[in-house]
Amino acid sequence: MIYRAQRLAAGVAVLALVVAACGSSATPAPSVAPSVAPSVAAPSAAASPSAAPSAAASAAASAGALSVVVIPKQINNPYFDVAFKGAQKAASDLGGTVTQVGPSAADATQQVPFIQTATTQGVGAIVISADDATAVAPALQAAMAAGIKVVGYDSSPAVGAYNVFVNQADTAGIGKGLADMACDEAPSCTGEIAVLSAAQSATNQNAWIDAMKTTLKDAKYSKLVFDGVVYGNDDPQISTTQAQGLLQAHPNLKVIVAPTTVGIIAAAQVVRAAKKTGSVFVTGLGTPKGMQDYVKGGEAPEFALWNVTDLGYLAYAVAADLANGTIKGTEGETFTVKGINNDQPYTIGKDSVVVLGPPFVFNKANIDQFVASFGF
Amino acid sequence: MTGAPVPGSGAAAGEAARPEATRPEAARPVSVRRPLLQRASGLLRWETLLLVVLALLVVEGTRLSKFFLTGPNFANLVSAVMEVAIVALPMTLIIITGEIDLSVESMIGLSGAIVGSLWAAGIPIEVGIVVVLIVGALGGLFNGLLVTRLGLPSLVVTLGTLALYRGFAQVILGPTAISSFPAGFTAFGFGNIPGTTIPWTLIVFSVLSVVFLLVTHRTWIGRQVFAVGKNKDAARYSGVRVGTLKTALFVVTGMIAALAGVILAARFSSARADNGTGLTLVVVTIVLLGGVDINGGKGTIAGVILAVFTLSVLQNELRLAGVSSEYQGVAVGLLLIGSVTAPYLARQARSYSDRARRGRQPPAGSVERGEVV
Repeated sequence: MIYRAQRLAAGVAVLALVVAACGSSATPAPSVAPSVAPSVAAPSAAASPSAAPSAAASAAASAGALSVVVIPKQINNPYFDVAFKGAQKAASDLGGTVTQVGPSAADATQQVPFIQTATTQGVGAIVISADDATAVAPALQAAMAAGIKVVGYDSSPAVGAYNVFVNQADTAGIGKGLADMACDEAPSCTGEIAVLSAAQSATNQNAWIDAMKTTLKDAKYSKLVFDGVVYGNDDPQISTTQAQGLLQAHPNLKVIVAPTTVGIIAAAQVVRAAKKTGSVFVTGLGTPKGMQDYVKGGEAPEFALWNVTDLGYLAYAVAADLANGTIKGTEGETFTVKGINNDQPYTIGKDSVVVLGPPFVFNKANIDQFVASFGF
Repeated sequence: MTGAPVPGSGAAAGEAARPEATRPEAARPVSVRRPLLQRASGLLRWETLLLVVLALLVVEGTRLSKFFLTGPNFANLVSAVMEVAIVALPMTLIIITGEIDLSVESMIGLSGAIVGSLWAAGIPIEVGIVVVLIVGALGGLFNGLLVTRLGLPSLVVTLGTLALYRGFAQVILGPTAISSFPAGFTAFGFGNIPGTTIPWTLIVFSVLSVVFLLVTHRTWIGRQVFAVGKNKDAARYSGVRVGTLKTALFVVTGMIAALAGVILAARFSSARADNGTGLTLVVVTIVLLGGVDINGGKGTIAGVILAVFTLSVLQNELRLAGVSSEYQGVAVGLLLIGSVTAPYLARQARSYSDRARRGRQPPAGSVERGEVV
């Protein structure tokens, strides 16, 4: 009696979902065939691709109406918002539409559903900064199999799970830069240093820290003692707690190296609040605007970054070039993007990596000028 | 049931005596036909409401995006939720008995860490899976013994093991991630049955759901679970081995959480010490959304299965609609609050209507949701 109602309920629900499962493709699009002229309004053409995602991708590409989804490590991270502004500018310059979606925490398992949704929707390209190189790989490979172009930026997915990876700066160069800045800030290049990083699994931070440790083996840095790495997960609260922990665990700490824009601000705030300005220094990678106060206050005399807006612009431009077939993503190919890199051509390197350009080092002398010119 | 007053026959004590009331009960037909309104209110159960909500969500989904009712989207929305779905099954029984197990997310992480480090050490995946199932059983046994033998509240015990098992996982793996799993393993966790859009993990969930449906609603084990949930002492005096039953439930939950950890590691081809963080909350949300009473004693597996798909469809729709992650959290939270508030309001409404009908026969043999009749 009672069970009949429940069994019926469960059975109908399962049946409905099984019917959906057996349905092979999307309902046929009611709109026109893919062979439309590029002058057709981009949003409507992008929103109504034909049935199979691969046909949709090529349809969007041939129609010049590219739809790109940007999936950063996490949303509400100012660094990625700046990069997204660059991507939006590229979309208006080069044509197409771009949207940004992502998880609220820097967690790869939360990124995967967004990749899968984008694949289902048959977008033209996915631009992604991976929270974990391998965790996102199966989903990205499924997207590539469906004809979607995948461009990594900032933090690389595993090799084989992207068409091109746009690296913001040369990894070895960043590692050496971090070591040099720590050496500059520690009095006479002597003392204890520690790293406050982002997420434990972040591909880019881990690569930079490894490069920094390799550089530190050199005789020039022999008087620097490396105390280890703590992880702030790009979360302001966790980064603050971890920075405070570093100060308490290592009373003789001289430099906190934070190769993350969220962590470096937290470390500088903690040093200021603990009134250790002048005895503990902070360096790493930070946004000029975020760190302007701390450069002038002396907590962070030196730090570095690159043009994040250009990073987003370049990532979108590469996605567009891949989608319309200008480049294939193989090593040795060259291409040019107007307005970036002084219009000099880029060459795709090993593992299909493109490097944006050299990083900039900010200090008291140039910080105001960079805040004005970068705008972030 | 025979000999009990038959409702609707008008033979209530408070009513004016009518000629029919003087006839002996034995002359009446044996079949009990409850009045239409009462039978209709039987349909107005939580599971039916959930089915209606699910149907509305599906309709809204088709309106929202043409990709909603497609095979690949079905595979996505199902595979995203299978780990929490299989853990929700034993969690239902645990909550029905009046306990809770918060440590499931840490067991998920620990089992992923163990299977990953065993694989990295060269031990075959199959052996690794057997090892983690044993570890899961031991972890559940630890929870169960602390709750039953020492009489500690399960909330406190499992809060402790939540941290303890996560700590073990971090000791085993540290900050590294094992990611070089065999292709077959990843294909099982992430892929579909060849030629269809049915994820492999859905098969695991289907088998487990059938087992739990039968055990909970058709066997003496399920009956004892409900008895313990309604009145632990009465159950004990009726001969139910309460401690053994609860410990067994914790053991089963631990094993299934370990299995979920293996599936999670397979799906992302990545075993990390923090795998599964935050999943306990999702599991409990699903169980409560499924109509299981947090105080114990009431609930159905069918309701939980419906809740699994309701939550998954809702999240999938929000993603397809491009709703940002923050609003997704708000939506899930509202859903959970609604799912515990609605039964409370329903009980208030029913008690009003009961009081309005005072003087008339109360419904004979009121049966709780899910009981074997």
